[in-house]
Amino acid sequence: MDFFDRFAVPHPSFLIYGAMVSIAIAMIAVVVGITYFKKWGYLWREWLTTVDHKRIGIMYLIVALLMLFRGGVDAIMMRYQLSMPDNTFLDSQHYNEVFTTHGIVMILFMAMPFITFFFNYLIPLQIGARDVAFPRLNALSFWLFFMGAMLFNMSFVVGGSPDAGWTSYFPLAGNEFSTSVGTNYYMIAIQIAGMGTLMTGINFITTILKMRAPGMKLMKMPMFTWSAFIANVIVVFAFPVLTVLLAMGTMDRLFGTNFFTTDNGGMDMLWANLFWVWGHPEVYILILPAFGLYSEIISTFARRNLYGYKSMVASMVVISIFSFLVWAHHFFTMGQGPLTNSIFSITTMAIAVPTGVKIFNWLFTLWKGKIVFPTPMLYSILFIPLFTLGGVTGVMLAMSAADYQYHNTMFLVAHFHNVIIPGVVYAMIAGLTFYWPKMFGFMLNEKLGKWTAWLLSVGFVLAFIPMYITGLDGQARRMYTYSESTGFSALNMVSFIGAAIMAVAFALLVYNIYYSIRYASRDIGNDPWDARSLEWATHTPVPEYNFAIIPEVASTEAFWDSKKKGHELFKGKIEKIHMPNNSPIPFIMSCLFFAFGFSMVFSIWPVAIIALIGILACLTYRSFEKDHGRYISVEEIKETEAKLRGAKK
Amino acid sequence: MKVDNSLPLEYSTEENSLKILGFWIFLGAEIMLFATLFAAYFTLENRLGNGPSGAEIFEITPVLVETLLLLTSSFVIGLGIHAMRLGNKKAMMIFFSITLLLGAGFLGFEIYEFIHYVHVGATLQTSAFTAILLTTLGTHGLHVTFGLFWGLFILIQIKKRGLTPETANKSFIFSLYWHFLDIIWIFIFSFIYLKGMM
Repeated sequence: MDFFDRFAVPHPSFLIYGAMVSIAIAMIAVVVGITYFKKWGYLWREWLTTVDHKRIGIMYLIVALLMLFRGGVDAIMMRYQLSMPDNTFLDSQHYNEVFTTHGIVMILFMAMPFITFFFNYLIPLQIGARDVAFPRLNALSFWLFFMGAMLFNMSFVVGGSPDAGWTSYFPLAGNEFSTSVGTNYYMIAIQIAGMGTLMTGINFITTILKMRAPGMKLMKMPMFTWSAFIANVIVVFAFPVLTVLLAMGTMDRLFGTNFFTTDNGGMDMLWANLFWVWGHPEVYILILPAFGLYSEIISTFARRNLYGYKSMVASMVVISIFSFLVWAHHFFTMGQGPLTNSIFSITTMAIAVPTGVKIFNWLFTLWKGKIVFPTPMLYSILFIPLFTLGGVTGVMLAMSAADYQYHNTMFLVAHFHNVIIPGVVYAMIAGLTFYWPKMFGFMLNEKLGKWTAWLLSVGFVLAFIPMYITGLDGQARRMYTYSESTGFSALNMVSFIGAAIMAVAFALLVYNIYYSIRYASRDIGNDPWDARSLEWATHTPVPEYNFAIIPEVASTEAFWDSKKKGHELFKGKIEKIHMPNNSPIPFIMSCLFFAFGFSMVFSIWPVAIIALIGILACLTYRSFEKDHGRYISVEEIKETEAKLRGAKK
Repeated sequence: MKVDNSLPLEYSTEENSLKILGFWIFLGAEIMLFATLFAAYFTLENRLGNGPSGAEIFEITPVLVETLLLLTSSFVIGLGIHAMRLGNKKAMMIFFSITLLLGAGFLGFEIYEFIHYVHVGATLQTSAFTAILLTTLGTHGLHVTFGLFWGLFILIQIKKRGLTPETANKSFIFSLYWHFLDIIWIFIFSFIYLKGMM
């Protein structure tokens, strides 16, 4: 094959050429725009080199929203393709690529950065700290994740997308059956992003264990911080499995090893097992912080403290342990035998117990509360029944004998969307609406927000409930078309209409952001929701150092008690504050990782070696660097505080 | 920077104690990484294809020498940290140098061992067993190689800057890493070599 042939898209279509042109135009527009407004210096100083957890958080948010729309376009294309029998909108290869990238983008490049945005923005504020434990490492985490995401997204215009499903099972994903470089992108882009996630995990565990405000014992932490802590523990134990797995997959594809091949002793089921040893805990990494957000929102708007704090914590710990003991339920039909299947059936069903405890705790929090219904609360209340429905179908799937009927059908697709959309996506939007005023100093429009919530829910029900039925009738997932005689067409059309309504809801969310930027009142104070935990005790916008005086905490709901019971949070006087310096190293190092990843995908070894040397040089530089941070003087703090207090109503 | 003199130098600032805890958590992740490799190894151990088995290619002599070198280096770095706590910069640097030399010796024997494997037809591509064997050993070997450079940089910094809270912290964290590699080697020795040769 000619050198440049490898970079061509193996299976071009009108849609891909359209995407190429629009990507090129968008990139030119961004570069021209930044140059025209002379913002390069600002971008470099304030964002690319920043180590401030709040700014890093906002960058995660921007990537998550962009990826939400990229994955959303994939979803709409799939639903349109299936809305009519024998549709020719997408061919089989293109459909394979679309469902593969939809899965990876939505899980790893939308949901993961979205929760990491909440970790970054909220945890230091919730525990009364000034930054995370390792600010520089935090910046490196973000940029590695960002470069991994960009590398992955490049695939569909340079060399072709991965097409073996988001699970990328071997032997399908091996060289024999996946001949384009698409699966190389999968192996390497996720590896780079995964390293970033692992560092995030280490960083936040250390932050939460060591940097809590005085008086904040572990059992006095806000529930979101608890959920984030447990999610990060899962990250630290699950992501190394992915690291090894992807390294082995990369070696199979690039170096001709025989880990997962069908000859020379290779074992394809090893991939499936290891993938889900990481993959199943991964879904709990997503859902636990979502649960944490719901806990914050529900207790805020029920105007009550969270019911069953201890059982909430205990149930999350139990879920985190069980999350490592259920992986084989993803392939009951692949021949482990009845004993293994039974054990994994039981562990899977057992997870419903702690999850049920959490559902009841939320309901009891509402009981006798003075409930109000702003947008975040509306999402939380819609979440409870919809998520429970998804949980119940999960228990159906957990029955290994019955799973032979459900396996690889649209029933399964309906189930996991039914837990992930009301569980994670609603929580993300609810949390975004809830914390928007904290970040930007104005609220999102309530009327538009409620319209979004209802449209999203109607769209969701129309899009996914029909899949349960077609799935039970035998419609297989990942099939690009079906014939008229199957009788699936009417329900699939309903699904498409639902998906279109969801698309309208997401567009409305964007319009809401635009509308609120233009028209929303800026005069909202520091605590517009009458909330309960420490993040609301500081100014809006949050100053660089978060808290001029580190708060002293006496109860679980420190801020609420300071408002209602007169607990004094900020004792003592202002002292100079130590802050970390900005650094270009994380950004530069991640660019080198991008170059390394790209040249690995296409086996351009000289560039890969040069980039690797560059990465090691960055590490060496870091080892010898003397950087003791800087101090913000007392006068400067007092000036900032006076200005912010003036802005308050 | 607040320095608490009642604590050992490597723990004496808040930043230092954060770094030590962070590194312990990182070692937790490393344990998972090697645990995954071991799980894959045990799964693929008897899947030989047309290639040789462990019993056919393992040689006891270099393995024993490697084990001795690495275990001794782990002991010596312990002495180095002890010297550091006593504030004896010179002794500490000597012990760290010996550690790195023993580590380099280990690596030399491991490279010899790899050449031997390739020589007897057990390459990365031969079978699932040889692939996972060389990957597991190679991952450990890469860690040692990385450690040699890391340790060398720390040694240079101690020579230039003396025993400060910062350099003491780096040395202590490096010693944790080195002990960890030693423990992993004990598992490799027992469950790959001894089990394979029995």
